[in-house]
Amino acid sequence: MITRDDVEHIGWLASIKVEDTEKDDFVKQFNSILDYFHQLDEVDTEGVEPTYRVVDLANIFREDVARPSLSQEDALKNAPRSLDGYFKSPRIV
Amino acid sequence: MLGELREQLRSGSAEDYLCKLFEKIERSKLNGFTTLAKESALQQARDFDRDRSPGQGQGLLAGVPIAIKECISTRGIQTCCSSRILQGYIPPYDAHVIERLKAEGAIIMGKTNMDEFAMGSSTETSCFGPTKNPWDLNTVPGGSSGGSAAVVAGGEAPCALGSDTGGSVRCPASFCGIVGLKPTYGLVSRYGLVAYANSLEQIGPLTHTVEDTALLMQIIAGHDGRDTTSAEGKSDYLPVKEGVKGLKIGIPKEYFGEGVNKDVEKAVWDAIHTLEGLGATWQEVSLPHTKHALAAYYVIAMSEASSNLARFDGLRYGLREGEDKDWHTTFSDIRSKGFGPEVKRRILLGTYALSAGYYGRYYLKALKVRTLIKNDFLKAFKDVDLVAGPTMPIPAFRIGERINDPLSLYLADVFTVPINLAGVPAISVPCGFAGHLPVGLQLIGKHFDEATVLQAAQAFEAATPFHEKKPEVV
Repeated sequence: MITRDDVEHIGWLASIKVEDTEKDDFVKQFNSILDYFHQLDEVDTEGVEPTYRVVDLANIFREDVARPSLSQEDALKNAPRSLDGYFKSPRIV
Repeated sequence: MLGELREQLRSGSAEDYLCKLFEKIERSKLNGFTTLAKESALQQARDFDRDRSPGQGQGLLAGVPIAIKECISTRGIQTCCSSRILQGYIPPYDAHVIERLKAEGAIIMGKTNMDEFAMGSSTETSCFGPTKNPWDLNTVPGGSSGGSAAVVAGGEAPCALGSDTGGSVRCPASFCGIVGLKPTYGLVSRYGLVAYANSLEQIGPLTHTVEDTALLMQIIAGHDGRDTTSAEGKSDYLPVKEGVKGLKIGIPKEYFGEGVNKDVEKAVWDAIHTLEGLGATWQEVSLPHTKHALAAYYVIAMSEASSNLARFDGLRYGLREGEDKDWHTTFSDIRSKGFGPEVKRRILLGTYALSAGYYGRYYLKALKVRTLIKNDFLKAFKDVDLVAGPTMPIPAFRIGERINDPLSLYLADVFTVPINLAGVPAISVPCGFAGHLPVGLQLIGKHFDEATVLQAAQAFEAATPFHEKKPEVV
């Protein structure tokens, strides 16, 4: 069973602040959805390999040559806060 | 239809045609478009009209307008995935599919509404409000590419692109009575498609006819080195092969019965008998893991979403309000304000499914079940060329009816998600009505065998009147 505390902890892991008003709904919905997911327990997957991707993939290599990319101006155009040509982040410590 | 439109525009005026569409959109009640690229589109139409020199206007879509889903990057036109967290984001580059469309002369007329970050099957979770179904303004158009489907069905755009992670092209195509294709995974480059669940999704066309879908596939399919999952090689989709004589169609018993609306079931069986009358044969097949596909799909999609959507933090683009606090608090506050409830649910559940102690029970288990689902299809395709069934178990439902019960919404995706898990191609074509609402027939093919899917779909379309029916409300 997922509890209100669990929802808050998962929110911390996901960097989403969960408001107190949202918690009860999430608890109810998460428990009903997880309950539905538990039907996967019924499936016998002994010896079955997981499928991460449906197409066969090999490492893809390319020549190590410089190609045009976004200009600094274009890269910063959508940044809500920038300073001296950099993205401005919140304080880390 | 698009072929004829192109010819008409060549002798007529692309600007006039586009102006009429924009006027219609201004009066529209559908809320299908989010942004109109009026200025750039009209300029392009005028350039097309002015330059009649030989060699000009020869592209496959020369002068033809197209509507693009909110999550496909268009240079200079807002692409915000119908989410508050990305409002105002103007991509500095075009997605691969947009480059291809422009190279063929298509005119990007605007962006279309969707469920926030493509998470939904009703287009109700958008920050722009719900899109309405042109067949009945009180019902949903399906989703998540509901805007793209509604504007095509409502005559506001001749064709559109959507994206399909678990049915997001086929569901709205079915609910709005048009054609929609989810290509084989890897066939269309995802470069520039804002990722939700990247191992499942593909960009696909929404059109009035099967031939139009084939035409768009001819343009957008093909290898692109910027998408590391892009498949090598290039196929031809035009002209679509004729007839279905000798084609073997498998009917999965799991796709009928309990939970399927009776009118939907009847329309789909009538369609199968129509194909039989055209010379195809059908036999029952079994896809025994169908009932576990939904759970596996949602575990995988939510897990991938929790990782993909970690990039939205207000640093390089998107919402950033108020004073910055410390790193974690700032981002947590932005994401709390910027994401809607369904997106939060999926990120949180995906985070949980990937967290220490639960990875094996949920994510890894779902990936193993995915293998079994893929094997079901591979086994069926040893005996048959195509698999057929309903696209959706129900016709379009009323706006607001399911939005507060997420699980009931998820359950409607029962026949569309297995196709994404297996990576095979599938099309939805109009095959009748349940009351006044359209029903879609789903035709599923082998990996990279879009040609046979299109062939059967076109033969069915040629033999039936459903694609010609237009909604009266618009």
